Amino acid sequence: MTVHKRTKKMGIKERYASMTRDLGWETSYQPMDKVFPYDTYEGIKIHDWDAWVDPFRLTMDAYWKYQSEKERKLYAVIDSFAQNNGQLGITDARYLNAVKIFLTGVSPLEYAAHRGYAFTGRHFRGVGARIACQMQSVDELRHAQTQLHSMSHYNKFFSGMHSHKMMHDRVWYLSVPKSFFDDAMTAGPFEFLTAISFSFEYVLTNLLFVPFMSGAAHNGDMATVTFGFSAQSDEARHMTLGIEIIKFMLEQDEANVPIVQRWIDKWFWRGYRMLALVSMMMDYMLPKRVMSWKEAWEMYFEEAGAALFEDLGRYGIRMPKYHEVATWEKDHLSHQVWSTFYNYAGAAAFHTWMPNDNEKSWLKDKYPDSFEKHYEPRFDHFTAKKEAGERFFNGSLPMLCNTCQIPLIFTEPGDPTTTCYRESEYKDDKYHFCSDGCKDIFDYEPEKYIQSWMPVHQIYQGNCGGAELEDVLKWYQMDLGVDNGDYHDSEDFKMWTEWSENQKKAV
Amino acid sequence: MSVKSIGDYSFTPKDKVENFHGNMLVYMQWEKHLSFCAPLAFPLPPDMPFGDLVAGVLAPAYAVHPDSENVDFEKGEWQLNNVPFTPDFSKSLQENGLSHKSVIRVRTPGLEGLAGADSAAG
Repeated sequence: MTVHKRTKKMGIKERYASMTRDLGWETSYQPMDKVFPYDTYEGIKIHDWDAWVDPFRLTMDAYWKYQSEKERKLYAVIDSFAQNNGQLGITDARYLNAVKIFLTGVSPLEYAAHRGYAFTGRHFRGVGARIACQMQSVDELRHAQTQLHSMSHYNKFFSGMHSHKMMHDRVWYLSVPKSFFDDAMTAGPFEFLTAISFSFEYVLTNLLFVPFMSGAAHNGDMATVTFGFSAQSDEARHMTLGIEIIKFMLEQDEANVPIVQRWIDKWFWRGYRMLALVSMMMDYMLPKRVMSWKEAWEMYFEEAGAALFEDLGRYGIRMPKYHEVATWEKDHLSHQVWSTFYNYAGAAAFHTWMPNDNEKSWLKDKYPDSFEKHYEPRFDHFTAKKEAGERFFNGSLPMLCNTCQIPLIFTEPGDPTTTCYRESEYKDDKYHFCSDGCKDIFDYEPEKYIQSWMPVHQIYQGNCGGAELEDVLKWYQMDLGVDNGDYHDSEDFKMWTEWSENQKKAV
Repeated sequence: MSVKSIGDYSFTPKDKVENFHGNMLVYMQWEKHLSFCAPLAFPLPPDMPFGDLVAGVLAPAYAVHPDSENVDFEKGEWQLNNVPFTPDFSKSLQENGLSHKSVIRVRTPGLEGLAGADSAAG
């Protein structure tokens, strides 16, 4: 009998190296530049890929173990949520309209991120970056899936949640998040990471996650809260990748600085515009509010963002261009966006309403310089019309910004009574924008944005199911008169009122 | 600047005028009336008289606004592509200088939205 000598177990460091960096090699049959054709053309110069630091030192085998553990916990909670009729525990059915936006606007972006990181990871020749992207790609797929599963319980009872994927591809306001991500995915791998990992996941993420996850917690939505907890450690990893990629690019070559700065300017603005949807959710859609958009902006951007950019100052990076416009808009953004969805409630797959007296007091308190003067007269008028049985709907299609695809609803910086128009001319055609930020983005790469799939223009070209609004909404896969319209005329409202009355009787 | 790309990068614009079945896009706004959240977009025939655009498109679009009862758009202060202009109501859109994706803005002093002229908020 022979005795095999046991080989020594690898140490953590060794093991980590062999499970990550050792997975890559210098190709010999084909030159590296041919195998990785995309990681140079953007102009970013990398001299030493090994300088990439992996702060989490996570290997794939450990990754699977952690994730499956989280998954088990999450699905146990989702099951009990469903079995215990968790939908009855939310504050008010109005809340679910925020969930509908999340389902149709955000969850499909998680899936898009999964694709984006898979592609990006493939195209980096550095193994550290490639593995970080691979893990994030799997995370994003998991997030898309677990979000859908968490929210699917509501789909059994409430409207507007039956066709999130098709709606994401077709519905006019969802072209805002969709085109945002399409823009990032059609850029090169370094721009993609600057866009999503840094500008979005690092700089702006708190403005998305705090309202959604705290909003869910405040409003009794345990399904979404549990998903949020399950995603939290992933998000921490994503944020770290975001700051890591920026520092890596900046440290590798001085020539990278102006390229990165331009991307930060662009993606700050694109991300900020997309978060307009979140602002209205915070100020109007959560029956129990967490904080105002203005407060969130001050805390997460004006304070935390300023500290971040001060830190990046040593690399020669400054605050993103037009951040002061965004800060000026903090008093106006949510009101202008909510008014838009009130205008077009007939064509949206969720419901809108006017704030009640308590909510108006809250708005006046949070927005002393703008609400009463500029928005209350408008909203009181809408309320009066609704009470008279003449609910206001804007029957004409709006003019859209060619970059962010939001209607031109924003006003001139410093003047909340005048619509902000910006225009460019390119190859004999006019292009219109909502802001200097969006105009700059177009002017830098016009050839990209002349391809924009602008929902209003597509309707007029006859590519959206027909000429009548009803045809278009059917093409959006909306259930007319059920998914759209005013909340107080909706089936959601009717059902919720009945449930609440039954619950009262039972007590 | 041009797009940095791995190959040739040129495309036909998606919103060329010929895609609109003989119409051109015209954007319009009755300024200060911001209960209508954004300027409006319409596909219109270039030979439509300007007067028809006002009476048949602009006025009906804003008809439910309380200021509509008292408005005389002919006395409005007009802008074409953000430059002041005086439209000839009997001439066509094209003859008035409108082209694909032109912006028409009209302001009516005295009628400045729901909050009145002071804050002009509605």
